[in-house]
Amino acid sequence: MTTKIVIGLDGTETGEHAIAFAKDLAGRIGTCELLVVYVIEWSPFTFQTPEENALRHKRREEEIELATNRIVTPAVEALTADGYTVQGIVRHGDVAETLNAITVENGGSQIIVGRASADGFKKRLFGSSTQNLVMHADVPVTVVN
Amino acid sequence: MTMLKHLWLAVIAAVIAAPAMAQDAPGLDDKINQAFADFTGPFVSFIFAPFPGTSFPWIVGWLVVAATVFTLYFAFVQLRFFGHAISLVKGDYSDPNDAGEVSHFQALATALSGTVGLGNIAGVAVAVGIGGPGATFWMIVAGLLGMASKFTECTLGVKYRNEYEDGTVSGGPMYYMSKGFDELGLPGGKILAVLFSIFCILGALGGGNMFQANQAHQQIAGITGDYPGWITGVVFAIIVFLVIVGGLKSIARVTEKVVPFMGILYVAAALVIIIMNADQIGWAFGQIFAGAFTGLGVAGGMVGALIQGFRRAAFSNEAGVGSAAIAHSAVRTKEPITEGFVSLLEPFIDTVVICTMTALVIIITQQLIVDPETGNYMLNEAGNAIATVDGNSGVSLTSAAFGSAFSWFPYVLAIAVVLFAFSTMISWSYYGLKAWTYLFGEGHAKELVFKVIFCIFVVIGAAANLGPVIDFSDAAIFAMAVVNVFALYFLMKVVREELASYASRLKTGEIRKFEH
Repeated sequence: MTTKIVIGLDGTETGEHAIAFAKDLAGRIGTCELLVVYVIEWSPFTFQTPEENALRHKRREEEIELATNRIVTPAVEALTADGYTVQGIVRHGDVAETLNAITVENGGSQIIVGRASADGFKKRLFGSSTQNLVMHADVPVTVVN
Repeated sequence: MTMLKHLWLAVIAAVIAAPAMAQDAPGLDDKINQAFADFTGPFVSFIFAPFPGTSFPWIVGWLVVAATVFTLYFAFVQLRFFGHAISLVKGDYSDPNDAGEVSHFQALATALSGTVGLGNIAGVAVAVGIGGPGATFWMIVAGLLGMASKFTECTLGVKYRNEYEDGTVSGGPMYYMSKGFDELGLPGGKILAVLFSIFCILGALGGGNMFQANQAHQQIAGITGDYPGWITGVVFAIIVFLVIVGGLKSIARVTEKVVPFMGILYVAAALVIIIMNADQIGWAFGQIFAGAFTGLGVAGGMVGALIQGFRRAAFSNEAGVGSAAIAHSAVRTKEPITEGFVSLLEPFIDTVVICTMTALVIIITQQLIVDPETGNYMLNEAGNAIATVDGNSGVSLTSAAFGSAFSWFPYVLAIAVVLFAFSTMISWSYYGLKAWTYLFGEGHAKELVFKVIFCIFVVIGAAANLGPVIDFSDAAIFAMAVVNVFALYFLMKVVREELASYASRLKTGEIRKFEH
């Protein structure tokens, strides 16, 4: 059975470290499939103006296109060129919850993410997405420095 | 940026020059008020004309009958699908693959921020002040029945909206009137749509703008001391202009985030006052029920209470008016009817919960003066409303009621009123704009014309007296309801088909909850 490893990217340099670690791990495991995921932070429980609502679908398409072109596709192409079997996914939602949900949906055996780059008040209050993921994920999580 | 800079300089200049100009033109407010009252008089008289031989305005009957018809036609949909509506708002039925689109919660919150506001604070005080506690009973009845009207119009709003190639959407009664009537082979859809759009523009300028500016000015003047209304109007107009024309989204975003918390704070304060006076809750409800059927001595008796209750409920929750259909049509759901279910929560939250809270606080804190001999309410000197402590009415009555329990609350309420007024203006500027673009087409220059007119009316609203403003605001919003409800009677069978199909698929499990 093929092992599926999920790599969570956040558009920063730490994502590169996560990819490098995943490649190393995949090489050791052998038959392995990689899933490159980028989650666009979004909550269905925010407040918006009517105009923002009317433009929302358009914005969503733009956000997905941007994340796909700038982050996911380059990573997928680079990994494919290196001979790995790779799939890319972009989705909106809470980063930790969505990353875990995608892993469970696709039968992933573990998640690899870069160390959180966010800091400040929000992190102190709610914890970073990485912390939330480590606390609540259904599969083992590796956080790469 | 240059434009914004000039605007800020204009604001500062207006504020500095205002006191001097006020002395030069002492009668400006009066002149605006008189001209406005003369101009709008015939329209207002027509909308509020009573049934021949009675004092019952035909428009109130029109709305009550409509809400009752929709309630019966959809077999009490507001009760049967209440729990399902809450599940939808919670996101239980939302496909994770659609994440990032406007959620049911967001559509509900946006529509609520357009309706929850002065109607709940000032409107209820007007209803209870004129119609007595009994008006509360009729307001609740109107809220419960109105849920079915809202369900009908919002389902149609989503079903017949326009989706453009660039991914944006436009929806609302004008679209379901023209497209829905065409689909059913009925004539006159476009005429109705044009009529509705005209009234929607007037409603946006009236209830969605002038009434808000007027009450915001009263609140600010109550704290700072009296000064000419047009000054508040100019400052407000410039801020609104910056948001809707200048694209200063940050102001709108902050307002949209602060307003819900203000709403929660308002309800929490009301709850605390009610709990603090728990021993009087029974008495207060006794007054509400007794007043609903006897009037307890108010002007117009039971009918007076009923008219006030229904009138202010309709103004507050806008059920049947068609405005919410514009707000809700932004949701990209596969099932238009789900947006109808969600929207039926609006009159419940707005009227049955929040309006009732306001009324209970006014009654419990005994702001309305009772004649100790008869037990009936005493009328004021003019004989057209109940005498109140310190002669308060409108927002000041609500403010006094809350202030009697918490001395600091009037300040919070003043901020809340100004923010509510502002957020309602932003919502209605969008509703009005959608009607405007339906009539004149989309395009930057055309949209700018409407936005400038909208800002001018902010100044007129702040300067005019409450009487003519509230009459025109009500009349314009009810005029929307006349056309909208007429169209809903023809289109309600479309909603019934959607409802039957959805209900059966829900029963068989074809429509199911997603695991999140």
